[in-house]
Amino acid sequence: MSALKDARHLFRFAGLFVLAFLVFLVVRHYYVPKSFGQYGHYRGASIGEIAQLPVKFAGHQACEDCHTDVVAKKNPGKHAHVNCEACHGAQAAHAQAALAGDPTSIKPVLPDTSVLCARCHTASAAKPKGFPQVDPAVHSQRLPCETCHDPHSPGMDAPATAAGGAK
Amino acid sequence: MNISRRKMLILLPAAAVAWESVLAGTPEASPNYKMTDHWWGMLIDVSKCIGCGNCVRACQTENDVPDGYFRTWVERYHVDDTHLENPTVISPDGGKEGFPIAKEDAGKYFFVPKMCNHCSDSPCTQVCPVGATFIGPDGVVLIDQKYCLGCAYCVQACPYGCRYIHPTKAVADKCTLCYHRITKGLTTACCESCPTGARQLADLKNPNDPIHEFLKTHNVQVLKPQMATGAKAFYNDLDGSVR
Repeated sequence: MSALKDARHLFRFAGLFVLAFLVFLVVRHYYVPKSFGQYGHYRGASIGEIAQLPVKFAGHQACEDCHTDVVAKKNPGKHAHVNCEACHGAQAAHAQAALAGDPTSIKPVLPDTSVLCARCHTASAAKPKGFPQVDPAVHSQRLPCETCHDPHSPGMDAPATAAGGAK
Repeated sequence: MNISRRKMLILLPAAAVAWESVLAGTPEASPNYKMTDHWWGMLIDVSKCIGCGNCVRACQTENDVPDGYFRTWVERYHVDDTHLENPTVISPDGGKEGFPIAKEDAGKYFFVPKMCNHCSDSPCTQVCPVGATFIGPDGVVLIDQKYCLGCAYCVQACPYGCRYIHPTKAVADKCTLCYHRITKGLTTACCESCPTGARQLADLKNPNDPIHEFLKTHNVQVLKPQMATGAKAFYNDLDGSVR
């Protein structure tokens, strides 16, 4: 009995310890997100949050649903494998407007061919040898590219000989 | 503001309830997307890259990447015949506006697009002290920016230099493999805008994905294989001088 009496301060200490542990459990319950550990050592809900970010590039499928005339011109040509937004920029807002029934409310800006074409086709030793490249100053005396080339089907010869590719 | 003890006792449980609904998170955005059906990677064909910078611009538009920071960038290598192990590498503004014209002279030039390799044994996720970055069930390395402390440990850990601390959000940021796009059946912004098909999104769990045939029949490498990161950015025709 007397031994137990001497140990009373230890019980008090153990009580405090249990209390602190309970407080820890309560705090933990509120601060650890519900989905933490759902798939691993991270917040599972964050995957859904990232997946919900807005899309800016609509994707060529969305463009081709409406612009069938351009597709018909582009597919046999050398730019068949170049997606619409590679040149025209991000058009999800335009596609959204089209879905809402008014595609002209957000009208894409036509790209400046003098900058656009040169980005890919200016000759440089670093580019793959088979890739069509020109020195703009010599090639066209700085005439706009579309004077001779249709950007959607740039080949000067019959489209059948052009090396288009699957997307 | 004066809050009495009584008011505080009423307010605290109310705040706890509100906080709980915040933590519950949002449901998955694409109901038809099954994470366990995919294992994403990227095929980068060095022999097709023309260094136009379309991917860099598209990525910055799609993901609101701040100026001077890059989730993907393009490097131009110049390997001199006499310095095979010391190539000259440039990447002006990440290659966003293209590259200076390379003259036909000694040595070879080529472009190497770089991005997060979405490693399956990624060093960056292993060092995160709070579980803010992780490999998702579909093999994409993501960052939970609400949970990230911004300690930048992962930035140091990435052997490919693919991470940065976002200048205004003050948390780690990097390529998400356009997770918000691929879960909706779209391809990534860089693949969508690449004019030569030098980048191809690959789903290694899809038996019909052309990546399987490509890996079988081409000289494909990953960057820094000696790091054993399980990188899933596969480079075709990669020169030995690329580090």
